[in-house]
Amino acid sequence: MDVKKINELFSKELVVINMGLDSFADNLRKEEVKVLPMDWKPPAGGDKRLISLLDKL
Amino acid sequence: MKKILVRKNAYYDSVFLMLATKALKQRPGIKEAVVAMGTEVNLGLLKEIGLLSGEAESAKPNDLLIAIEAETGEAVEEACRIAEEVLKKKSHGGGGQEDFRPVSLDGALKILPEANLVVISVPGRYAAREARQALNKGLHVMLFSDHVSVEEEVELKEMALERGLLMMGPDCGTAILNGKPLCFANVVRRGPIGLVAASGSGLQEVCCCIDRMGGGISQAIGTGGGDLQDQRVRGRMTLMGIEALKQDPETRVIVVLSKPPAEELAATVLSKLEDAGKLCVAHFLGRKPSGKRGSVRFSSNMEEAAAMAVALSRGEEYRPLCFSLSEAEVSGVAEAEAKRMASEQRYVRGLFAGGTLAIEAMALFEEEGFRILSNVRKEPGLALQSPHRSEGHAIVDMGDDVFTLGRPHPMIDPSLREERIATEAADPETALLLLDVVLGYGAHEDPCGALAESVSIAKGQVAGRGGYLSVIASITGTEKDFQNMAEQKKKLESAGCLVMPSNYQAAVLALHVMRKVALKWM
Repeated sequence: MDVKKINELFSKELVVINMGLDSFADNLRKEEVKVLPMDWKPPAGGDKRLISLLDKL
Repeated sequence: MKKILVRKNAYYDSVFLMLATKALKQRPGIKEAVVAMGTEVNLGLLKEIGLLSGEAESAKPNDLLIAIEAETGEAVEEACRIAEEVLKKKSHGGGGQEDFRPVSLDGALKILPEANLVVISVPGRYAAREARQALNKGLHVMLFSDHVSVEEEVELKEMALERGLLMMGPDCGTAILNGKPLCFANVVRRGPIGLVAASGSGLQEVCCCIDRMGGGISQAIGTGGGDLQDQRVRGRMTLMGIEALKQDPETRVIVVLSKPPAEELAATVLSKLEDAGKLCVAHFLGRKPSGKRGSVRFSSNMEEAAAMAVALSRGEEYRPLCFSLSEAEVSGVAEAEAKRMASEQRYVRGLFAGGTLAIEAMALFEEEGFRILSNVRKEPGLALQSPHRSEGHAIVDMGDDVFTLGRPHPMIDPSLREERIATEAADPETALLLLDVVLGYGAHEDPCGALAESVSIAKGQVAGRGGYLSVIASITGTEKDFQNMAEQKKKLESAGCLVMPSNYQAAVLALHVMRKVALKWM
């Protein structure tokens, strides 16, 4: 089991992309974590058929 | 008077919308208010309450709906105006300080190429897709979202294993990496104890107990409940987490915390721990410890798991946990509490925000021969007929889906529990309320303040009919959490709650009180 990348993460500063609840990003900022909140929206307007088509592309 | 507004392509997160809905509902003259995205579930909900018509009927998951029913036209207009204002404020940076927010992961990585972790809390049906993309880009993932299928969980964890990445979740509520609390987590001291846990509130409880005892955390890896509970997932992330902690030079003691896995899987986890070459503590909730196996100690409750880990991290042998009250004090408190109760008061009612905390309390009472009913039990005769109404001795996990559909989790919004406290107090057979309070990021800013008010009212009601309502609680938190632990404790105590230092101790004290109550009935 290769966990080298996880151990590398343990020795680095966390740098986070937050996708979803904004409060999680706000809280990380309070802990001085570098975080970028995304403006996440359901892909393809939430249309399941379109999402599956997008994934095939 | 009714009004339904549709805002096309205006997406807001569910917690924000639920809190906005709650604030509108509390306004004078408002009969019903819903601020939600146009998902199938929400459209169904609006139809049920007669607030779906016109343009709203064809709304899409990306469209925002504001539906108001009020006594007067003015109240409707005022509520709509306030809703628009709150939403506008949120869109203009209420949630963050950055100028530009990327809409895609690719876009985010262009701005922040050094990113190493993606925290995902989007609705469940989109979550696996986003996690898959993140893993494919070589990023570690914390997946807070639930309602992800087991098949998807297995696929994501397989991907993570192949790439050597963390895949925490789905349904991973808490983790602490490099001393940083993620999602629902507490601010704890750093130190040599590494944890891998399936549960959310359980992991918070053990971390907070370790902190209170002067110990520290290297890493706390959440795996999501399915990791050790579903045979198909086969503990993939638990085993990977143990391996990572084994190779982490900062970690001297490894703790694994979970509901009891199937025998075969438990054996695999224990072998992995034994092979780690470090001192280990395993706690399988509700399972009696069977002493020591090689380098692995077994604890009988979560506080003991913390105490064992702290002792081992200091190179000391573990000495059995000291209860914060002496035997004589416990007996005295139990006697005094039971004595004041009216003759018909006979049942314990546990109202929990943390699922694992509820399970720990339930297991303790059962060991002592109490028959506990619960909304989270499936065994015939032990499941509550209705989760909304307690019967006999009952412990309710109020974070269960049945309570949180369209409403914020009780850790975020105490009102759900406040209502239930009133319901329990109205039942003349309720003798004792057992409560948990979870502090830390993600949780409500003043949970004890809200609960203390309800407890005072409930106690007053019971006293008014000649009885006495005993209330015992514990607070999962640290002095470094933003809610201020000492003040929170004071609030509960001033409402007449007995506040114990851990969930285990609160449940044990409650058990002693209930034994005295039972004696009155013999």
